[in-house]
Amino acid sequence: MPDILVYAEVQKGEIKKGAFEIASKAKALGGQVSACIIGKGVEGLAGELGKYGADKIYVVDGPEFENYLTEPYVQALAHVAGLVNPSIIFLSASAQGKDLTPALAARLKVGALSDCVELSLEGDKVIAKRPMFAGKAYATVEALGSPQVISIRPNSLGVEEIAGAGAVEKVDVNLDTSKIKAVVKSVEVRESEEPDQTEAEIIVSGGRGMEGAENFRLLEELARAFGPTATVGASRAAVDAGWIDHGYQIGQTGKTVSPNLYIAAGISGAIQHLAGMNTSKVIVAINKDPEAPIFSKADYGVVGDLFEILPKLTEEIKKIKGQ
Amino acid sequence: MNSVVCVKQVPDTETLIKLNADGTGIVTDGVKWIMNPFDEYAVEEAVRKKEKTGGTVTLVSLGPDRALDAIRSGLAMGADTAVHINDADFAAKADPYATAQALAAAIKELEYDAIFCGKQAVDDDAGQVAAYLGELLDLPVITLVIKLELSDDGKTAIATREIEGGHAVIEVPLPAIFTAQKGLNEPRYASLPQIMKAKKKPVTVKTVADLGVSAEPMTVIKGMSLPPERQAGKMIEGADAAAKAAALAKALREEAEVI
Repeated sequence: MPDILVYAEVQKGEIKKGAFEIASKAKALGGQVSACIIGKGVEGLAGELGKYGADKIYVVDGPEFENYLTEPYVQALAHVAGLVNPSIIFLSASAQGKDLTPALAARLKVGALSDCVELSLEGDKVIAKRPMFAGKAYATVEALGSPQVISIRPNSLGVEEIAGAGAVEKVDVNLDTSKIKAVVKSVEVRESEEPDQTEAEIIVSGGRGMEGAENFRLLEELARAFGPTATVGASRAAVDAGWIDHGYQIGQTGKTVSPNLYIAAGISGAIQHLAGMNTSKVIVAINKDPEAPIFSKADYGVVGDLFEILPKLTEEIKKIKGQ
Repeated sequence: MNSVVCVKQVPDTETLIKLNADGTGIVTDGVKWIMNPFDEYAVEEAVRKKEKTGGTVTLVSLGPDRALDAIRSGLAMGADTAVHINDADFAAKADPYATAQALAAAIKELEYDAIFCGKQAVDDDAGQVAAYLGELLDLPVITLVIKLELSDDGKTAIATREIEGGHAVIEVPLPAIFTAQKGLNEPRYASLPQIMKAKKKPVTVKTVADLGVSAEPMTVIKGMSLPPERQAGKMIEGADAAAKAAALAKALREEAEVI
């Protein structure tokens, strides 16, 4: 059974759910599971990974890791990989994971599989399934070298808690500062607690039918009614019209998502958009045009005026949530 | 500033993807090919920097004969020259690692202060080539760039990159590699005279053998499949918006069990 190293990302002082997901999967695949956590003042968080299958947790803790920067993080993770000598390394395909995964693979001189959604073992090798063309097709892929470096799309595997406790070990990394050429000058993160679209369980998305930036508050209010696992999304038309930031765009030139619930309001359903949200568990379409292509993909369709329906739906959700 | 921009030709995002008979790849007959949309931001940024500070923009692309169309569209946007690594067999099985080996070998023969790539190609969606280039060329890589400024002496770049829920500002000495995210700029439409002019711009054609590259891919595609077709579900009926909203909320809670 393969030994697996899991990179556990920390954001805003907490280990991300995606890290627990990949640790759970590593445990399920068997073998020794090690985890690596990197940051400043993160040592106290490490033990939590034991509850999700990590037998041993390596902590790289220091002021030089306060803000994420590719090179120091690659050096730290490659150093831990050298200690563990795993045959597989898992990362979560979060924004940070998408930067770190290929950089780590390049440093280790191996191939990487990005953004995988299914994993199985053939012998000691992982065979993975990953979307291409933003989800219009899937490829079954294998990384030939060792270790296999694999990033896994958040929300695609699920989390399993076990009655375990991992041993925590602090690791000192002597950074090769001659290779660290970039410097983080500042970091600005929005105050809101809303999750990233790729990790949200519920996404309330708006398109051309929103008719203007000011109307996105209707989506925000509905997302807030659903609670902290919900966030807002947008179609390319809404982003290109300048109504909302590109960071919210769902689809082929935006983010590919698979939440439990995707509500598309005023989105007609262009092929590029459908590709980006096709794997959502439940899709709801709200559109005044009964012929909109989105209805052919939606589990629930509502034909009507979104400016009337969204506020009413928000009221209903608040009732259910007892707000 | 002299820039190199890596461009890839990909199927238009409008393309309905179909698989070939043995399920090992997509049907390319009838596909409309375009420059990867994220590479357009990369080309645009390089051209804007050239327009501001002088210098040259060189495109590098790995692909078969048809990739020349993507190269020409980049030249029409304002790039000066291009290197076309025209090797259909190599390109067909190249993974990001092998692709980067070929691109890096071509780039090593050029003079540059910055290398631009799209943040990912919208065909394989891997987003890895820039990282391998960084390793092969020993250069820092700044991904997901949405704003790029140069210091007055042109020796340092200040890049704003997208991070989860916000952005980070990174200072990096040149040369460096940047991957372009949507929002970096608004790519121009080439005018007819520019398109005509682009046809006369020099494109150097090389094979991977010319470049001395013999890299084997480190990842392989064993098969492909299409996602299950989603079926239209149920229409929510109701006398007015309030009734529809109530019926929808009930269905989501009791039937779909997602809230």
